[in-house]
Amino acid sequence: MSNGQSGAGKPLLECNDLCISYFTRAGEIPAVKDFSLQLYPGESVGIVGESGCGKSTVAMAIMNYMGANGGIVGGSIVFDGRDMASLSPEELRQLRGGDIAMVYQEPMAALNPSLTIGKQLMEVPMFHENISATEAAARAKQMLADVNLPDPDRVMAAYPHQISGGQQQRVVISMALLSHPKLLLLDEPTTALDVTVEAGIVELIGEISAKFGTSMLYISHNMGLIKDTCDRVCVMYSGEVVEEGPIDTVFNAMSHPYTRGLFGAIPLPSADKRSHPLVAIRGQLPLPHERPRGCNFGPRCDFFDAGRCDAGDIPIVDGAHAMQRVRCVRWQEIDWASHRPDVTVRPEEPAGEEVLAVDEMRKYYTVHDRSIKAMLSGHSVRHVKANESITFNARKQETVAIVGESGCGKSTFAKVLTGLETATDGKIDFDGVDISHVPVHNRTPKQLGSLQMVFQNPNDTLNPSHTIGAQIGRVIKKFGVETEPAKIQQRVMQLLDAVKLPRDFMWRRPRQLSGGQKQRVGIARAFAGNPSMVIADEPVSALDVSVQAAVTDLLMDLQRENKTTLLFISHDLSVVRYLADRIVVMYLGQIMERGTTEQVFAPPYHPYTEALLSAVPIADTSVTKKRILLEGNLPSVLNPPTGCPFETRCPRKVGRICEEERPPVIEISAEHRIACHIPLEELAKAEPVIQVGKAAE
Amino acid sequence: MIVLLAKRFGGMVLTMLTVSILLFLLFETNIESVATKVLGPYSSDEQRQIWLEKEGYFRPLYIRYFEWLGNVVTGDFGESVRFKVPVGDVMWDRLANTAILGAAAMAVIIPLSLLLGVLAGMREASKLDRTISVLSIATTSVPEFASAVLLSAIFVFWLGILPGTSSMTGGFNLVELILPALVLILYDFGYVTRMTRASMAEVMTTGYIRTAILKGLPYRTVILKHALRNALIAPFTVIMLQFNWLLSGVIVVEFFFAYKGFGALLLEAALNQDIYLVEACAMVAVFVAVATQTIGDVGYTYLNPRIRFN
Repeated sequence: MSNGQSGAGKPLLECNDLCISYFTRAGEIPAVKDFSLQLYPGESVGIVGESGCGKSTVAMAIMNYMGANGGIVGGSIVFDGRDMASLSPEELRQLRGGDIAMVYQEPMAALNPSLTIGKQLMEVPMFHENISATEAAARAKQMLADVNLPDPDRVMAAYPHQISGGQQQRVVISMALLSHPKLLLLDEPTTALDVTVEAGIVELIGEISAKFGTSMLYISHNMGLIKDTCDRVCVMYSGEVVEEGPIDTVFNAMSHPYTRGLFGAIPLPSADKRSHPLVAIRGQLPLPHERPRGCNFGPRCDFFDAGRCDAGDIPIVDGAHAMQRVRCVRWQEIDWASHRPDVTVRPEEPAGEEVLAVDEMRKYYTVHDRSIKAMLSGHSVRHVKANESITFNARKQETVAIVGESGCGKSTFAKVLTGLETATDGKIDFDGVDISHVPVHNRTPKQLGSLQMVFQNPNDTLNPSHTIGAQIGRVIKKFGVETEPAKIQQRVMQLLDAVKLPRDFMWRRPRQLSGGQKQRVGIARAFAGNPSMVIADEPVSALDVSVQAAVTDLLMDLQRENKTTLLFISHDLSVVRYLADRIVVMYLGQIMERGTTEQVFAPPYHPYTEALLSAVPIADTSVTKKRILLEGNLPSVLNPPTGCPFETRCPRKVGRICEEERPPVIEISAEHRIACHIPLEELAKAEPVIQVGKAAE
Repeated sequence: MIVLLAKRFGGMVLTMLTVSILLFLLFETNIESVATKVLGPYSSDEQRQIWLEKEGYFRPLYIRYFEWLGNVVTGDFGESVRFKVPVGDVMWDRLANTAILGAAAMAVIIPLSLLLGVLAGMREASKLDRTISVLSIATTSVPEFASAVLLSAIFVFWLGILPGTSSMTGGFNLVELILPALVLILYDFGYVTRMTRASMAEVMTTGYIRTAILKGLPYRTVILKHALRNALIAPFTVIMLQFNWLLSGVIVVEFFFAYKGFGALLLEAALNQDIYLVEACAMVAVFVAVATQTIGDVGYTYLNPRIRFN
């Protein structure tokens, strides 16, 4: 985080009443309205908002890159004293990549697949400073070292697909920094990365602003990341900034109902599913051409005052704190202290009998290496150990979370459970029957119905050419719940009621639904056969923050009503902490730690759990975290370490024993297990990673 | 890279061998029919038996196959029934003629369609793009026989500046090459243009082109250095397929202009039951198909490093 002196000197970037529109067949669609921002040298400002709020559009407008159908329809952008609209194409070219550089969301897509990284880096100084190729190569190499990439020579010669996602993003960042830009635009730079990799990039971004004094505009949907990287923040909703101010002010003394709603909807450490449940923002984001008159947030706001909030455009006004601005006509009237949002407090219910017992389950995939070398050495058949000795159980009405980064085998496990794959070895007892070797087409309708799945991306899981009613109805029939058409229809309506969708959605097709609504249909489908267990594979990670809480809520309510066991697969520890009763932490196909939520989130930790907890950004300024950064990349599943899988990246590695022997499973209590070579007494000495209540750093 | 080349080459040889076996089984399993084809339908049974005995046809099939294969590899395809000369003497000339025609057509098609395709795809939905797209669809939709008639009507009968036949009786004549080449170009360039355009348009929407533009590179560099190479991967494969078409798919054009090419030869041979000539032509056609595909594969790997380094 920089120490930019806000308010001092001349702003580097000024957006004045900026309005940006896209022109489509349906007419002019305003993407951003009335956007004003002053960014001072050395300062980092965050723009936070949900999808479609216009945050990326602002970045692209600053770069003057809006495509053929986009354009600035009002206001101005002044960069370093120059009005961007007055620049000639050549001046604009010099500005792009020279004075303003950008880091993108998908590093793999942002790099040219058929040019070496060296060539792509060298272009920047060669075209901006007219230096020779050798000098450019030297500069590029230096910059790669500056962004902490090991072995810059190798990276220079590599093609983008030959390095990992985190390394690619470091390359993109070094490319942006090569001509020493004054302003760096970061558009969701870590969204596509794993959480431990993200932590490294966030750290790097902080170092950059300290080292080069670059101003930054950091665009993200993640409040926690904004807190970790920025000095000030603009909260956008539906094309407008609804609130802006310094981080501390916006995070602790927010005045706009939307900002308040957002913080209520994200699972902070203070939230608890029973005593302090999340408060969902009702409704959904309006589409750009369906925005209401007056306040865009009006239809979803608890403080909506007809006649004032929908009277006309709402201006942004100074708030109660220094540099705080709010776009709300009622912000001074709302008494937040006595505001008690309508939440259902859920009593604790004891878990019932065991529903699922996984015992030493293994899933290996066979890979045939057809190279001559492999054939000669006799290693032509190799195994990908997607799941290795998985052992855990789940009880009735309990929520068990499986946590881990991409490639940890959590989705493979879901496939084996649902029968899409069969286990290589071991047992999976579900409702008293071993299903580890029963593929999905051999399962009885009863078995199918009682073990269902909610998928990550609701857009892909619904058939676009069938109505919602037909899709749910088909499942009801398939599972043998009902057979008569009239009863099926009745059951469909019951399910729609249960997931809080209007009954006439029966006749709609998926394209007429929003993402959150589609996920509700996905949940209705999963619950159609009265399942005793539902596997939810990242069910909310594709949804917007304000919708996430509502869908999570719904899942929990259905779980309670049906006494369902929920197996929640996620990479997001914040959601897991909020939702889960017990947690299984996986790394490279193996269980590193398992225990109740309290046990996993408190010492003793497995070193990997510790690093994971440290990496999760938390949008709470009162939280302090121990900083643990993981070095290196996830090892290849084809060639995993022989000893402890985490050995290559472990900051607390003991020594040779970690490389050579599989770690023993330490039984700390009946529920809590850690697989590690470090003795328990050592592990127990660790301090909690997340501490609430201490003063911010 | 060497391993890859060796693999591809091995695959090519294997394909050729498989085709040769199929071809041999198809044509020479029934030796009676071979004798009938060579000696004609009016030959007596005795004549055929004597001929078969003389040519060693009563030996086992596999021995005959290997002998035949050895001859084919050394370029000895037997004697043409119709022309009464070694097959090679007839075929190589015809192949050369077709190669000339194909080369002339390709020399225009490749640069023209790549240029037009890139120009059109560079700025999708621009006026230039629409003009080029309409032009290429229009020309591609006119079949060869129609454009041949049309062009002849204009240049031969109306303007009278080009000859209507291209039999090349007086040796190689460039003027005679123009019309057949033009028909081929008109028919084919639109197809390749559209492929290139689609590929280019897709590349222009990718993230790395945005990166290149926002890096502050001049537009020329963005196109030439970043877009072209990625955009050429798809059309490259398409162009390689055009060689097959030019070899044997241009029978209509060759017949229309009385051009003594390979496609016309294959058709004549088939009509005349000229068994050894058909075998030879088939082997050559397959060889060209397999060879262009191999070149295509290797070139594809060169253009696309994601395949090269895996």
